[in-house]
Amino acid sequence: MKIGLAPYGALGLAFLTLAMLPWWAGNSYYIDLASQILLFAIFALALNVLVGYGGLVSIGHAGLFAVSGYTAALMLQAGYGHAAAVGAAVLATLTASAVFAVLALRATGIGFLMITLALGQILWGIAYRWAALTGGDNGVNIAARPVPFGISLADAPSFYYYATLAVFVVALAAMAAFERSPFGASLRGTRDQARRMTALGYNVWLIRFLAFLFSGFWCSVAGLLYVYNKLFISPQVAGLQASAEVLLMVISGGTATLLGPVAGAALVISVKYSLNVAAEALTVVLSALAMYLLGPSLGADVAIVVKGALNAVATRWNLVLGVVFVTIIILMPEGLVPGSIRLWRTASQRLAASRVGKIRPGAQP
Amino acid sequence: MNHWIIQLLTANLTLTVNSIAFGGLLFLLSAGFSLIFGLMRIPNLMHGSFFMLGAYFGVTLLNLPAFLGDGDFRLGAYFGETGRALGAALLAIASNFWVAALASAAAMALIGAGIERFLLRRLAGEHLAQVLLTLGLSFIISDLCLMIWTGDPWQPTAPAELRGAVRAGTMIFPLYRLAVVAIAVVVAAALWVMVDWTRLGAMIRAGVDDAPIARVVGIRVSRLFTLVFALGAALAAFAGVVGAPILSVYPGLDGDMLPLALIVVILGGTGSLPGALAGSFLMGFLYNFGQAKFPDLAYVILFLPMVLVLVLRPQGLFGKGGS
Repeated sequence: MKIGLAPYGALGLAFLTLAMLPWWAGNSYYIDLASQILLFAIFALALNVLVGYGGLVSIGHAGLFAVSGYTAALMLQAGYGHAAAVGAAVLATLTASAVFAVLALRATGIGFLMITLALGQILWGIAYRWAALTGGDNGVNIAARPVPFGISLADAPSFYYYATLAVFVVALAAMAAFERSPFGASLRGTRDQARRMTALGYNVWLIRFLAFLFSGFWCSVAGLLYVYNKLFISPQVAGLQASAEVLLMVISGGTATLLGPVAGAALVISVKYSLNVAAEALTVVLSALAMYLLGPSLGADVAIVVKGALNAVATRWNLVLGVVFVTIIILMPEGLVPGSIRLWRTASQRLAASRVGKIRPGAQP
Repeated sequence: MNHWIIQLLTANLTLTVNSIAFGGLLFLLSAGFSLIFGLMRIPNLMHGSFFMLGAYFGVTLLNLPAFLGDGDFRLGAYFGETGRALGAALLAIASNFWVAALASAAAMALIGAGIERFLLRRLAGEHLAQVLLTLGLSFIISDLCLMIWTGDPWQPTAPAELRGAVRAGTMIFPLYRLAVVAIAVVVAAALWVMVDWTRLGAMIRAGVDDAPIARVVGIRVSRLFTLVFALGAALAAFAGVVGAPILSVYPGLDGDMLPLALIVVILGGTGSLPGALAGSFLMGFLYNFGQAKFPDLAYVILFLPMVLVLVLRPQGLFGKGGS
């Protein structure tokens, strides 16, 4: 019982921290960053349903995200109200998810990945090229955020943050319920032993199809939060790169876990938006280190080189994304959080083993 | 001769010639992709990056005299007149279009072999991880290219002997585009001879058909992986240089070409060179006519056949049944 309560305490503490964020973050930039992390966390959780629990790697989910955002933005632009726009966005995304699912679930593994890639590129192509409908490269602007229950989300970033946080908590609770439900268990079953599930009388295709719809629903929620946050949407959010980014969030945090995608979203979004801050901090630290280790004259030269290199990297989000991707896949295929724990354990065990060896050098193994 | 397709083609002769030339280029790009996919069972998502990086290598070599300055070549200052003459001669050779294309292909073969040997090899058997690795590497390559070659497009001129056009009656064909088709045909023939008539080709075919059994009979499939990956990278780079006078080289070229290679190979069937050839020309027409006639839906026209084939005939139009 004691152990059982600890995670809830940690969860409550985390929630309190998030709820208090507008007070301690101060700067509205960071509040907006936190909103983005939360909405992309919902997106990553949605993808994790398929990637983590279903074993179906999709590189077309940004297309679904974009269907939701574009539908809402275009409805609003056409003069409909917020309720109609939101309803239409969810419906359109569910329809698109159903079409995705029917086509992509003809295959699993690499085949599934490629069909979703092609479907995502079709949606991107429509957003990018069908300018009469989607505004093409210029994207779509929307005028204002909705006013739920008479609360204006327009002025302070913190109000929008709270709205996002509320939706995020609901999404997390839904994912937790899904994970424990018989449906979640049967989806994991189709991932690990599809044939046995069929033999046991489960309809594997239907389970995967419903999981796809569940994933699509939360994609549409994330897309809506995105378009209301930015008040703007452009083809960029639909592309292969966007799909790869959200996949990186899921994989980096750890698939088939509840908090992995959230941690992944926090990592990817904060690196993406504050790469320059991190690079500056690293420049200061490395320059000081170089001065200290190499002396003032050589150290200053090295510091200049370091500064130049980090400046060059600071604007290179794609480069960093690629390096993080490759590093995680090669070194920690199970995800950043479990991977770091594993590497730490191995290292400390080796350290302990070497110490034991020093104390008893004559001991026979 | 009243069939509507023939009418469409004769009414748009320029577009038809462009489509055929583009199809030839696509074949150069996709042949290696198809072999890699067939043998290693993964779509190499950095194949577009190989194409772009190869094209950048090519334009750099072609522009070397302009970068270094012809008259005041630096080697002259160090090695005197003989050195200068030697340097100028070397430079003239390196900046020859065909030498640049081959050198770029050779460099990319080394890079491809390195990536296969040191990165993909570590994930042997884990196909999804391998695909994601190639995706990550494609991001790295595209950003490095943007860093080194900036955002400006580079468009080398076609080699001097192939500038101009051929006249046939009232019709005019750009010579270089015809040459690209000829190159594609030559490469297709060479690959066909290699795959169907040589010992190496027999080993590749065995690996494509059944890698575990190929291992059992003593073929070192892992060495084949490296070789085929290097060959595919080299072909992509060669295609990049050959395509540069037509397409020019710009950031995002990788993202434009990769889906095309993917579609070609899905249509043709993985590991099948005749399939890649047929798929290339089919896509050459769909791409050019789609862009010209239905610009709004150009990408839908491109990707829809791929989705349909994946769903209805997963082994590809020309692939072997079963698999």
